Amino acid sequence: MDLFLQQLINGLNVGSIYALIAIGYTMVYGIIKLINFAHGEIMMFGAYFAFIFATSFGMPIWAVILVPMIIMALAGVAVEFIAYRPLRDAPRLSALITAIGVSLFLQNLALLIFKADPKVMPKLFPETIINLGGVEISSTTLVTIGLSLFFMVLLDLYIRKTKQGRAVRAVSEDKDAAILMGINVDRTISLTFAMGSALGALGGILYSVAYVQVFPTMGVMPGLKAFIAAVLGGIGIIPGAMLGGFIIGMVETMTKAYLSTTWADAIVYIILILVLLFKPTGILGKNTREKV
Amino acid sequence: MLKVKDLNVHYGKIHAIKGISFEVNEGEIVTLIGANGAGKTTILQTISGILKPSEGMITFEGENLNKIHAYQIPALGIAHVPEGRRIFAEMTVYENLQMGAYIRKDKVQIQEDIEKVFLSFPRLKERVKQIAGTLSGGEQQMLAMGRALMTRPRLILLDEPSMGLAPILVDEIFDMIQTINEAGTTVLLVEQNANKALHIANRAYVLETGYIKLSGNASDLLVNPEVQQAYLGG
Repeated sequence: MDLFLQQLINGLNVGSIYALIAIGYTMVYGIIKLINFAHGEIMMFGAYFAFIFATSFGMPIWAVILVPMIIMALAGVAVEFIAYRPLRDAPRLSALITAIGVSLFLQNLALLIFKADPKVMPKLFPETIINLGGVEISSTTLVTIGLSLFFMVLLDLYIRKTKQGRAVRAVSEDKDAAILMGINVDRTISLTFAMGSALGALGGILYSVAYVQVFPTMGVMPGLKAFIAAVLGGIGIIPGAMLGGFIIGMVETMTKAYLSTTWADAIVYIILILVLLFKPTGILGKNTREKV
Repeated sequence: MLKVKDLNVHYGKIHAIKGISFEVNEGEIVTLIGANGAGKTTILQTISGILKPSEGMITFEGENLNKIHAYQIPALGIAHVPEGRRIFAEMTVYENLQMGAYIRKDKVQIQEDIEKVFLSFPRLKERVKQIAGTLSGGEQQMLAMGRALMTRPRLILLDEPSMGLAPILVDEIFDMIQTINEAGTTVLLVEQNANKALHIANRAYVLETGYIKLSGNASDLLVNPEVQQAYLGG
């Protein structure tokens, strides 16, 4: 039983990171119907910035986390502006290929700047073990789950309750109708990239703290899993991405604990295949409305 | 108030609007009538900047609309109720009305205006927290009009407001258009229901495949044999 509880906590830990990253995929898809394959690289660069700030500049913890989030928010806006905006009216496949191109470009840029050897991510949070009735939880795990939940709740409130949040939803639903309301669609899309990238960067930082490493291709696997999480929850739906992230994290952890480590990734992919076969719109997805 | 001059619009290679000129004066109800594909919707979409003209000029109170971004047009005082209503189906009725007030910052008056919309359309008030996509067609049309009124327009563009509605609702919508006009908003109405449109309009333009075929006072067009033959069922 204790082992199970322990794994439950681990699952929440990994799941909250996937959820953070999945939000970026789903928001961007929601607003421009593009799978932003460069999102994994945004998280990777976020982790590198945190690494640099923590090791070379000796910044306080909050700055080590917040400054990379802001930098990557701007980087996300730049990627959209440079790579995706000129293709706004192009066939979707062109934009998708461009996204893969941006992803490879950023990976190789990181390889060039930071070299291939993995860096050791320092422990950002003071390490203590908290014993809760036989279940041992590290402070890092608690902070990871707490920070993730905090930012997710913040984003959810922003999207649901504020005027700009409503504008994001309006543009996601119907761009022309949004323009008729006087919404600046370009600016709203930039805002979406900024928010998704900031959360992606946070995910990258927490991921690198959990796995103690930073390297140029570190965004690929968690990026892929977060993408699967977004599809599982219902691509384009923010609560779906959160739910999907926690499910994927839980499945992966439980597989590792009770079945086998080698099967963990395979089972995540099998979930993707099953979702695409039986409910392509995802758990929270509605069947697409027929336009009359 | 609104002046359209030598307007040409292309969809790719299709020449949809072929040199149209017309104007709408303050306080009027002007209607564009014509068959499907005559270019009525295209004209409205070009006025609100969703489509760009290939030639010609549209001015609103002297301001050249071709020179500004589409999203800046509502702030000038032009609201557009698009064909097919295009409400935000996943938002609540209330949120849809809030979206209408997106360009405004006067919170107190926004709240007052929402109450005014509810006075005009009591059925929306009953459904204030309902997801807009679950409303009936008539209610969606009311919501679309209410949402447009929330921008406090001086000119409202209405695209086929009666489409797909039961006859009793059609009457209600047309009454509403007159009420909106009497309250001081100029109306440019696109309709396939030419009979109804001509009865409430001051002036009308008859469109045929991208041209203006006829124009004049609505009351004259109502008795014009050509119009009766083609658009009023003989």
